[in-house]
Order: sequence, then structure tokens, then C-alpha cells
Amino acid sequence: MTCTEFLAQLDDLIDDVVTTQMRADLKEHLRGCEHCEVTLNTTRKTIEIYRSHEIYELPTGLRERLHKAIMERCKKGC
Amino acid sequence: MATIQPIAENEQHPDVALVERVRAGDISAYDTLVRKYDRQVFRIAQHITQNREDAEDVMQDAFLKAYEKLDQFQGNSKFYTWLVRIAVNESLMRLRKRRTGKMVSIDEDVETEEGSVPRDLADWAPDPEQNYTQAELAEILRKTIQGLPQGFRVVFVLRDVEGLSTEETAETLGLSVPAVKSRLLRARLQLRERLTRYFRRKKGGEK
Repeated sequence: MTCTEFLAQLDDLIDDVVTTQMRADLKEHLRGCEHCEVTLNTTRKTIEIYRSHEIYELPTGLRERLHKAIMERCKKGC
Repeated sequence: MATIQPIAENEQHPDVALVERVRAGDISAYDTLVRKYDRQVFRIAQHITQNREDAEDVMQDAFLKAYEKLDQFQGNSKFYTWLVRIAVNESLMRLRKRRTGKMVSIDEDVETEEGSVPRDLADWAPDPEQNYTQAELAEILRKTIQGLPQGFRVVFVLRDVEGLSTEETAETLGLSVPAVKSRLLRARLQLRERLTRYFRRKKGGEK
């Protein structure tokens, strides 16, 4: 397996939707390729870091104000 | 194009009951739905418009539109996915208004980005986020994702941040499943590459 072939399967590997055979082939490639191992680990970390950190918070005050405005207009039939 | 998997017959999503109550005139049930999803809608709107005021407007408009159109909600997709679709469309409309006359679509910039994916192969420090305060980290993450082409950014946000499936993301954005997959891979790799600038393992003793 080449690095390009590995990269083509990267998302499926991360999302855990590869077949058993493909997983074995990918693992085999990883054993001999430090570059792809770094790519896999840091891509996983990238996703995890974006999932676990709120970068656009909705502050409570704003949330309540918007919520009130929405519900008032809904009650009037928009 | 792939469609969203129907929910199994014996497994009704709790939102379905809330939607039914709203349709029957119980507005408090809509209040519950708004509170359940307002943060997500606001976040998606911010990611697309990259403007706080626009995101506030989009959030209001999306929930109002969803309320108005609730009769059109079929129940063969999740309420959340349906709502996200409205929010994405409202966000794109808001962008169009801002850039008066210029067409804006989720395809923007994507074509020019096809082809090579850059690869900075430096490994990251263990727990690299520990080197930054929460505020610094949020700024890095914002700056980094804002640098992605819109068409990649939206796919990454829906799929990886908001947790939609590939099929739901495709349905929401009106893209094919292969197009979503291709954009997701590029988005993930480009973000990884850009974050490496901040998170790379430093050589001997350097912080």
C-alpha cells in the first residue's frame, strides 16, 4: 500500500467504517510508515480538539434575548 | 443522491413527539425545541457567516422559518437535520446580502482547492493544547478554521463538530455522498496541517 492509498482510506479508518481486511492492510502500512502514523494521530486529534472546544459560545444573556424574541414572534404567528 | 436513513419504526425520536405537540398548538413544546438546538444553530451560523450579528439574525430567522414551515416537516428525516438545513440556507442568504449581488454557495473556492493536499509531517507535542490558555486556544481554532474554503468548512462543521452523518451532511447541503467525503478528507487534512504550526513538538528543551 502506498501513502496515497493510505490517505484515501484515512477518513474511513478514523470513522471506523473499514472492512476487517482493509483495516489489516492499513495497519500493515502504518507499521512501516511513520509519516502516515503521524498524519493519522494528528488528524484524529484535530477532530477531537474541534469537538471538545466551544469556539463560538452563545452567552447566556444573548441566548435569553434571542430566545424571547423568537418565542414572542412565534406566539404572534410569526 | 443518497437520502437520510429513515428512523426505525419502533424507535421514535423524542423530537417527533415535540413536533406533534407544536402542530397541535402547544407552543411550549417549540420552546423546548429551540432551547435544545439554539447553540448548534448559532454555532453553524457563525461558522458560515463569520459574523456575530449575522449569526444572531440567522438564529432567529431559522427558528421562525422552521416554525412557519413545520407542516412541511415530513418526519422521514430528523427534526435536527431539517433545522440545520434551514440554518445553512439562511446563513448563505445572509452572506449574499452582505456581499450584495455576489453569488455565494457552498461550492465557493472548492474547485481551486482540488488537487494536492499539503503535508507537514511534524508530530505534535503530547497534549499540545496545554501550552495555551482557553482563550488563546479558542482564537487559534477560530483563526484556523476560518482559513478553510467555505465548502470545506461547512462540511467539517456539520460532520465532525455537529455530528451529522455523511448522508445527512450530503442531504443538508445538497451534495453527493462522494463530494462530502472528498471535502471532509481535505478539510480534516488542511486543518491538521494548519494546526501543526501551533502544536508541533518542539526540539530539545524549547517550550
